[in-house]
Formats: sequence, C-alpha cells, structure tokens
Amino acid sequence: MTNTGIFKLAIASGKGGTGKTLLSTNLADYLAQKQAVLLADMDVEEPNDALFFDAENKVITPQYKMIPDWQSDRCTLCGDCTRHCKFHAVIRLGDFVMVFNELCHSCYACSDLCPEQALPMKPYRMGETSHQLLNQLQLVESRLDVGQEQAVPLIYATQKYIRELENKPAIQILDCPPGTSCPVVAAVDEADFVLLVTEPTPFGLNDLKLAVDTMRQIDKAFAVVINRQGMGDDAVENWCENEGVKIAARIPYDRQLAEQYAAAKLAWRKNTALRKALEELAVLIQQKQVQYA
Amino acid sequence: MREIIVLSGKGGTGKTSVTAALGVLAAGKAVIADCDLDAANMHLLMQPEVLKKEAFFSGELAEIDPEACINCGMCEEVCHFDAVHQDAEVYDINPLRCEGCGYCEVVCPTNAISMHVRRSGDFFVSTARTGDPMAHAHLDAGADNSGKLVAKVKEEAKRLANQHQRDLILVDGAPGIGCPVVSSLAGVNYVVLVTEPSASGLHDLKRLVEVLQQFRLQAGCIINKADLNHDQAEAIRTFCFENGIEMIGEIPYDTAFTAAMIQGKTIVESDNQLKQIMDKIYISIQHKINVL
Repeated sequence: MTNTGIFKLAIASGKGGTGKTLLSTNLADYLAQKQAVLLADMDVEEPNDALFFDAENKVITPQYKMIPDWQSDRCTLCGDCTRHCKFHAVIRLGDFVMVFNELCHSCYACSDLCPEQALPMKPYRMGETSHQLLNQLQLVESRLDVGQEQAVPLIYATQKYIRELENKPAIQILDCPPGTSCPVVAAVDEADFVLLVTEPTPFGLNDLKLAVDTMRQIDKAFAVVINRQGMGDDAVENWCENEGVKIAARIPYDRQLAEQYAAAKLAWRKNTALRKALEELAVLIQQKQVQYA
Repeated sequence: MREIIVLSGKGGTGKTSVTAALGVLAAGKAVIADCDLDAANMHLLMQPEVLKKEAFFSGELAEIDPEACINCGMCEEVCHFDAVHQDAEVYDINPLRCEGCGYCEVVCPTNAISMHVRRSGDFFVSTARTGDPMAHAHLDAGADNSGKLVAKVKEEAKRLANQHQRDLILVDGAPGIGCPVVSSLAGVNYVVLVTEPSASGLHDLKRLVEVLQQFRLQAGCIINKADLNHDQAEAIRTFCFENGIEMIGEIPYDTAFTAAMIQGKTIVESDNQLKQIMDKIYISIQHKINVL
C-alpha cells in the first residue's frame, strides 16, 4: 500500500473488451468534476484512453530501456557475457558479439560482469509517455513503439514517471491491460484496490475466475464491476455470491452506451444508469481512501 | 498445410467466437490451436476431451537459502527488478518481480542463491467436439507470458496436423501487439482480423496491421457489430483498402452472438443470419488460402 495519501485504483479484467476503458475514462472524468484525478493508461500495447479526451497541450517523454552495446575494440571474446545471459540475448558468432534487443531484460549482468567493460549499457527507445492536464484531470498515457514486444518495462517506467510527478492527485486511476499474466501483475503492482470489469457471459465468467485467482495470488484487494448487465445470464452474479466476491457496481446493457463508446464519447452525463454506477463507485473510493490513508 | 490466425489488436471484438465458428465449418479438415493464453476461452465452445496434459516450464526463479545467507546485501544491490527484499534481517525473493536473470546467483559470495526452473502453466492435447485435434494451454495466475508457451501450442498443433493429415491449422490469437502476438505469427500463412467499428477498435487495428506489415503477412478483415457506428465502419473499410487488406465480411450487432455463447455453441450452429454470413466468410477464406 502506498501510505502517501494517494489512493491508486486499478481497473483490470481477464477478458479483453469488457469495458475497462469505458469505466476508466468515464469514472476519471466524473470524479474530476469535484477533485483532482490522475488517469493513467497502462495498456501500453493498445492504449485507448486518450481517444476520449481532447488532445491539448500534450507533453511527450520518450521512454528508454537499457541495452548492452558491444564494443569490439575492448572485447577479448572470452564468452562470459553469453554464459551470464539467461535470455539468449547476447550471442557470440565467430569474432562478433550480437545483442538481441527484444530478448534483453536489462538485468545488467553481462555489462557489469564483463572483465573488459566491453558491454556498456546504452538507452534504447521502447515507447513514449504523454501527459496532459485537462482542468482537474491529469491524463498520462504510455504507448509501446510498434515492433517492441515487452510491455512490462514500459509499465514500470510509467509508474516511475507518475511517482516523480510534482503535483500528484490524491486519486489515481490505472487502466490496465487485459489478461492475467505479467503485464497485468506489473500494472496493478502499486494499486491499493482493483476493480475487475466483466460481462455476464460464459467468456466473461471464465476470465473473471482467472483474474480473481491472480488477484488472490498477489494478495490484492478487489471487487467486481459487471458491465452489460442483462446481456447474458446470471452465472457471474451467482458465482460472485458463492465466492463471497463483492460486486461494486453494475452497468446495464445498453446499445446507446456502446454507440457512444464507439464514437469515443464520454457517456456519463447523458446515461443515467452509467452515472448511477459511477456514483456508487465514488462512494466506494471514498471509503477505501479513508481505509488506506 | 496452411495456418490461419485470428487477431484483433483490441480485446473482446469476437476473435474466439469467429475462430470457433470457422472450426465448426472446417470440421474434419482442421487442427484448432488456442494461443490466447491470458484469456483462453476456446474450450468453452469446443468442449475438448483432454488426451494429454503436461506441465510447462519456462524461465527461472532465484531462491535464497537462509542458512547460507550472510545478509551481505549484494543480491539486493545488483537486482534491477526490485525483486530482493530484506524482511526482518532475512533476504527474500519476490517471485512476482524476479525475472530469473541469475545476476544475484553469480555475485552471492556464499552460494546461498540458486536458480530453479519455473512452472508457467499446463499444456493440453485434446479432441474438440468437432472430432478435430486441438492444442491449448492454461497459464498459471500471474505467470510470465513471454510467448514460449504460445510457441509450444503452435508447435504441437503442427505436429497434430501432420499426424492426422490435416491441411488447416486454425489459431485463436491474443489481443495486443506484444510478445504473445509476435510469438504466434511464426509460420502463419494468412491473418483474419476481427475488429469492431469503434475508435478503439480502429486505433488498435492500425497498430496491429503495422506489426503484420513488418512480418509481410497477408490479412483479411471482418467487422463485427458492423452497424454499431457507420462512420467508424467506413473508416475501417478505407483503412483496409489503403493497406491491401481485403474485407472478408461484416457481422451485424445481433443478440444471437451472445445467445450462442451461453449455450456453449458457435454462431453457425443455429438458424440465423449469422450462419449465412459466416458461411460466406468461410468460403472467401478458403478461396484466399487456396490461391496463397
């Protein structure tokens, strides 16, 4: 837990397309009517939050990871580097040492342990973080460069970027990538509380179970938000009840809401059912803020 | 042998429903592979009978022997992943943070640290309810999805295709553009894109298509929920046209899509407009891969 007076709420899901971005953008905008809020798009492979806001005054910061840079003049071809690298990112081919940037995890072992200092680390661009202020809403978005494969280093770099901001809003909403593997674990790492967004379908339930498993595994407090309530069956409701999992809010199935999302419009002002769900979540956030303060 | 993968960029656009429907239409000819390991759902529609289950290990994890540790802190100092912590004088590894680089093991003066292979999930060979072979997997909660298990599923699908003399491998892919997606592209002949007419759908599709172009892969596009937003649908058609991606079908917003899923069926197994549309899509994909 952060214990810094800042409450970090992660919005995650197992299944993709359940409404993480819909909820993150609308909740952030709704809360920002009354207080300063930071919304961070951690879905660095496919970030969408910024589509819902005007692109004004964006400050863009390139993000780098550190990669060893082979210096042929210092290298004695001793082979220590290739032995140390567990990721097969440093390979010796005849008189050459090749570094495969996409395989490198930036552990520094090859570089630090090289007896000739022939592999100094140098920055290698992986993506960028954009930052803008829209009244009381600070929007931070990180985006992996196309062709880069590792999301996790950029997610951690984004958390560092947010930690180092001068004006940090007391409420931070983290829109996470879909799934249950390493990028999600990285994205919710600093969160005080996680909302798992799902839909009432067999796919939604299956992936919710996986997401709940993951949250329990990493010991994160969480609750569920059911989106498109009424579109499918009651299996998600029943499962949550049996498992003692709290359902924090329900957003009814509504084609108009889907249409507004499709057009990248924030819908909470016009859609009373969505606004009601956000009101409930605002109360929950207030309670949790007190709990984690 | 031809390999087709279904991808989307954005999650939740209908990849699995479309792949499973193609699997039913291609029954008797195909091998099915579920490579969306983070949210594997194909088994819900294919109800596979599991023939073989195997644990899958990838990467390593550091472990500190408290008996041998002299609390010098060298391991914490060299770890770039913040995975080593001192708790009540004792050093410990956070397995969620450890990337298995082994740097700490090398510098430990008392050899208190050892590296161990890491389980990342289970891998299955099955028979789908269509009678076709199916390769799939289950990733452990919070596990590393670097693409190695994806590669294993694909390798097994290829072996099954040879063994059962199937011409077609149908792969359900992951959302995004990272490791699991890139890993699933090896050996692919044709990509079926499933998108939705939303600003997010198009944005994510564009990034995915850039990746596909780097691999010089041919692709065709299906717009799901096609009547949801006219302007976005038109923008997708234009984008596809400009990038040499053939439109292979449009599926309207239809409650039958979810109704089928709830029954554990694919959208081609009841009599509705979706079946006719998918039949046409299947024919155009067949035509497409025959001329490849």
